Amino acid sequence: MIWLDVLVQGILLGGLYALFAAGLSLVFGIMRLVNLAHGDLIVFAAFAILLITATLGLNPFLAALLAAPLMFAVGWALQRFVLNRVLGKDILPPLLVTFGLSVALQNGMLEVFSADSQRLSVGALESASINLGIVTVGTLPLLTFASAVAAIFLLNRIFYTTALGRAFRAVSDDPTTASLMGLNPKSVFAIATGLAMVIVTLAALYLGMRANFDPSIGPARLLYAFQAVIIGGLGSLWGTLAGGAIIGVAQTFGAQINPEWQILAGHIAFLVVLLIRPRGLFPRAVD
Amino acid sequence: MHQVTTRTRASTIAGIAALALIAVGLILPAFAPRSLIQDLFFILTMLTLAQLWNLIAGFGGMVSVGQQAFVGIGAYAMFAGVILMGWDPVPAILLGGLAAFLLAIPMAFFAFRLAGAYFAIGTWVIAEVTRLVIAQWKTLGGGTGTSLPREATSDIIGVETIANLFGLRDAAARDVLAYWLALGLAVATMAAIYALLRSRTGLALAAVRDNDNAARSVGVDARRVKWIVFLAAATMTGLVGALIYVQTARISPDAAFSVTNWTAYVIFIAVIGGIGRLEGPILGVLVFWGLQTAFADYGSWYLLALGVLAIATMLFAPRGLWGLIHDRTGLSLFPVQRRLILIDERSKP
Amino acid sequence: MAFLSTHGLTAQYGQFKALFGVDLHVNPGECVAIIGANGAGKTTLMRSITGVLRNAPEMIRLGDTPIGALPADQILKRGIAMVPEGRKLFPSLSVEENLLIGGQVRKGSGRWSLDEIYGLFPILKERRHSPGTALSGGQQQMVAIGRALMSNPELLLCDEISLGLAPVVIRDIYAALPAIRATGAAVIVVEQDITRALSVADRVYCMMEGRVTLTAPAKEVTREAIHAAYFGAAA
Ligand SMILES: Nc1ncnc2c1ncn2[C@@H]1O[C@H](COP(=O)(O)OP(=O)(O)OP(=O)(O)O)[C@@H](O)[C@H]1O
Ligand SMILES: [Mg+2]
Repeated sequence: MIWLDVLVQGILLGGLYALFAAGLSLVFGIMRLVNLAHGDLIVFAAFAILLITATLGLNPFLAALLAAPLMFAVGWALQRFVLNRVLGKDILPPLLVTFGLSVALQNGMLEVFSADSQRLSVGALESASINLGIVTVGTLPLLTFASAVAAIFLLNRIFYTTALGRAFRAVSDDPTTASLMGLNPKSVFAIATGLAMVIVTLAALYLGMRANFDPSIGPARLLYAFQAVIIGGLGSLWGTLAGGAIIGVAQTFGAQINPEWQILAGHIAFLVVLLIRPRGLFPRAVD
Repeated sequence: MHQVTTRTRASTIAGIAALALIAVGLILPAFAPRSLIQDLFFILTMLTLAQLWNLIAGFGGMVSVGQQAFVGIGAYAMFAGVILMGWDPVPAILLGGLAAFLLAIPMAFFAFRLAGAYFAIGTWVIAEVTRLVIAQWKTLGGGTGTSLPREATSDIIGVETIANLFGLRDAAARDVLAYWLALGLAVATMAAIYALLRSRTGLALAAVRDNDNAARSVGVDARRVKWIVFLAAATMTGLVGALIYVQTARISPDAAFSVTNWTAYVIFIAVIGGIGRLEGPILGVLVFWGLQTAFADYGSWYLLALGVLAIATMLFAPRGLWGLIHDRTGLSLFPVQRRLILIDERSKP
Repeated sequence: MAFLSTHGLTAQYGQFKALFGVDLHVNPGECVAIIGANGAGKTTLMRSITGVLRNAPEMIRLGDTPIGALPADQILKRGIAMVPEGRKLFPSLSVEENLLIGGQVRKGSGRWSLDEIYGLFPILKERRHSPGTALSGGQQQMVAIGRALMSNPELLLCDEISLGLAPVVIRDIYAALPAIRATGAAVIVVEQDITRALSVADRVYCMMEGRVTLTAPAKEVTREAIHAAYFGAAA
C-alpha cells in the first residue's frame, strides 16, 4: 500500500518536472538553443511572484497571472537583444552566454533577495488532500499535475493548430525560406522564448507553493528539466510528462529507501534510460 | 619552391621567452615571498584547468560544464590514497589522474549520446551524480568532508630538502613544492596541447569541431579523436584537482565539486582571454587573477559582474581579448594554423 | 515607370563576387525571363531582389523607393514573392499549411486564396493533409508556386520551376502562368530552357558570369544573339 502511495506521489511530482521541462523543450525544438539559465529563470519567476504577493497582498495564483506577462517580456527581450545575436551554426556562443547568465542571475538574486529560503504560502491548500479511494493525494500536487497536462495540451494546440505554431515550425525548418514568407525569424524566436517564460512562470508558481526555494536551486531544476526532455524524446512535449514522471517516481522511491538518495535516484533513472533508449521514449521520426 | 610551416617570427621569440620564463619560474622560490608563490600556484592551476577546458570545448567543440567532476574525483582519490592507503600525498596525485580517467569513460559514453548542446547538461548531470555518490563515502567525511592528517602533510617527500635549501619553514616549503608541481603541470599541459594541435590528430580535431560529417568523409574517425582528447583532458584535470587539494589539505564534496570554482571560473578565463587559442587562457587567467584580487571581497556582486562580463565578451568580442589583439597586430605566439611559405628561388644560394 | 529596377547591383559570397553591376527592370504586369548557364548568377540576383542577400539601398528600387537594404520579410510585405530554387517546402508543414503560411503575413488584395490555389492545382486539394515533402517533385513545385501566390504578390519571382521535372509536368506547371499573369502581376522567370523562356516572356535578359550580356524583347532575339550572350562573344 505504501508503495502505491509512493508511486502516485512520484507521478504527481513528475508534473512539476514536466512544467520545468516544457519551456526548455519548446525553445530547443524551435531554435536548437539550450538555455543553461533555464533553472535560474524559474527561480527568478518564483521571486517575481513572491514580490507581487508581498507588495500587492495578492494570492500566489493571481500574482502569477501578473508575473506571466512580465516574464514574457523578459524572455522576449532576452532573445531579441542577447540570444538572437549569438544564435548560429556554432553551439558554443549561446551555451556560454546562457551559462554566464545563469551565474549572473544566481548571484544577482543572492544580493537582492539574500540566501534565505522563501515560500509562496497558500494557507490551507498547502496541506489539503483528496481521498481517491485507494490512495490519498495532496490537492496541490494534483493541481500541479493537472496544470502540467493542461499546459502541454495547450502548447501542443498552439504548436500544431495555430498560425503562430505554423510560424514556429516553419522557422525551425528553414529560417531563410520562412523569411521569404514575410516572417522575421528573430521575432518569431523572441515570441517563442517569451512563451517559454510564461510556462516558466507556471512552473515557478508550483515550485514556490510546494517547497522552499532560494537563489541557489536553479541549476538542479535545469537538470531535472533536461532529464525529462531527454527521457521523453527530443521534440515531444507529451514525452516530457512521461520523462518528468519517471524522474519523479525514481526520486520518491529513492527517498523512501533513504532520504539522502532522493536526488541521486532520479539521476540514476535518467542514466539508465539514456543507456537503454538513447533517443528517449518518444523520439520524433525525423531529426 | 614552397614549404608548409606553422612558425612565425613572433612564435620563435615567444618560444625563447617561454623557455626563459620557465627557467625564472623554477628558481623563483629562492627569492620570491611566500604570498607570491601562493598567488602563482593559484594562477598556474587555474591556467591549466582553463587550457584543458579550452582544448575540449574551444578546439574540440565539446562544451563541458562538468569539469568539476574531474577536479573533485581527482582530489578525493588523492585523499583516499593518503588516508586509506597511507600514501604520500605527492605520489597520491597520480591516483587523482587515474580516477579522473576512469570517471571520464562513463561520462564520455553517456554525454556523447546527447544531441548538440545537450552534451553540456549531460556532463553536468554526471558531475552531480559523482558529487552525490562521494558525499555518501563516510570514511572520507561524507557530506561534510575531511582534512589530510597532520602526519601525512608534515613529511611529504621533498619538503624537508626544500626547507633546508631555501631556509624555509615547513609550511612555506610545502607551498614551494606545490608551486613547482603546478608549474610542471602547466608547462606539460600547454606543451602537450601545442604538440597535439600541430599533429595530424590536431588537424582531425579541427575538422571534427567544424563538422562531424565532413570529418568523417575525409577519413577522420571523429569519435575516436573526441574520445582521446576528452579522456586526456579529464586525466590532466584530475591531476590538477588532486594537486590543488594537496595544497588546500581540506576537502568537502561541495567545494571539490563546485561548479563555480572549477567550471564557471575556468570558462570565464577562457572566454575573456579568447576561446580556441592557446594564448587566450594565459591572458584570461591574468585578467581573472587581477579581478579576483581586486573584487573577490564583493562576493556575489563580483560573480554577477563576471557573468555579465562573459556575456558581453561573447556578444561584442567573441574571440576574447586575444582575438582583439590578434586582429589589431596579427600577433600569434603559438601558431597552429599552417601557412604556405613561398621561397624565392633567386634568394637561395 | 518600371515596377522594379536594379541599378549597378553587385553581390558577393565572402570574397567571391557573384554579380558585377546588374541593371534590370520589370514593368507592371510584364513577364521577364532570365536565362544563363549554370553559375551565371541568376539565383544570386533573385536572392538579392528578395532581400535574402542585402545590398546598398539604392541598388534596388520599387518604383521610386530604394529597397535594396530591406530584409526578406519586408520585401514580401511590399508585394514581391518568390518561388525559390529547389522549392524549399517546409517539411514539418502539411501541404495546406505550406500554402497557408505563404499568405500568413501578407494576404494582399487579389484573386488568390486557398480555394483559388486548389482550383489552379486540383491535385493539391486531394493531398492537402500530406506532409509537403511527401509529394512528387511536380506537386511540390505546385505547392511552392501556390505558397508564393497566397500573398497575392505584384511581382512573382520563379527560380527554375522546371528544374528536374518531366516535360509533361513542366507543361502543366507552365499552364498556370497565364492565370497568374491575368491578375496583373509581373513575373520574372529564371529558366535554363531557352525555348520555354522565350515562349512565355515579353522580354528576356541573358546573364553570364555575373553580368547581363543581352537584353531584348522575346520576339526579336535570334538564336545567334543568345548563343553569343550565353557562352561569350568569342564562341
Ligand atoms: N552560398 C554561396 N556561397 C558561395 N558561393 C556561392 C553561393 N551561392 C552561389 N555561389 C556562387 O555564385 C555564383 C552564382 O551562383 P548562382 O547560384 O547565382 O548561379 P545560377 O545562375 O543560379 O546557377 P544555376 O543555373 O546552377 O542555378 C556561382 O559561381 C556559385 O558558385
Ligand atoms: Mg540558380
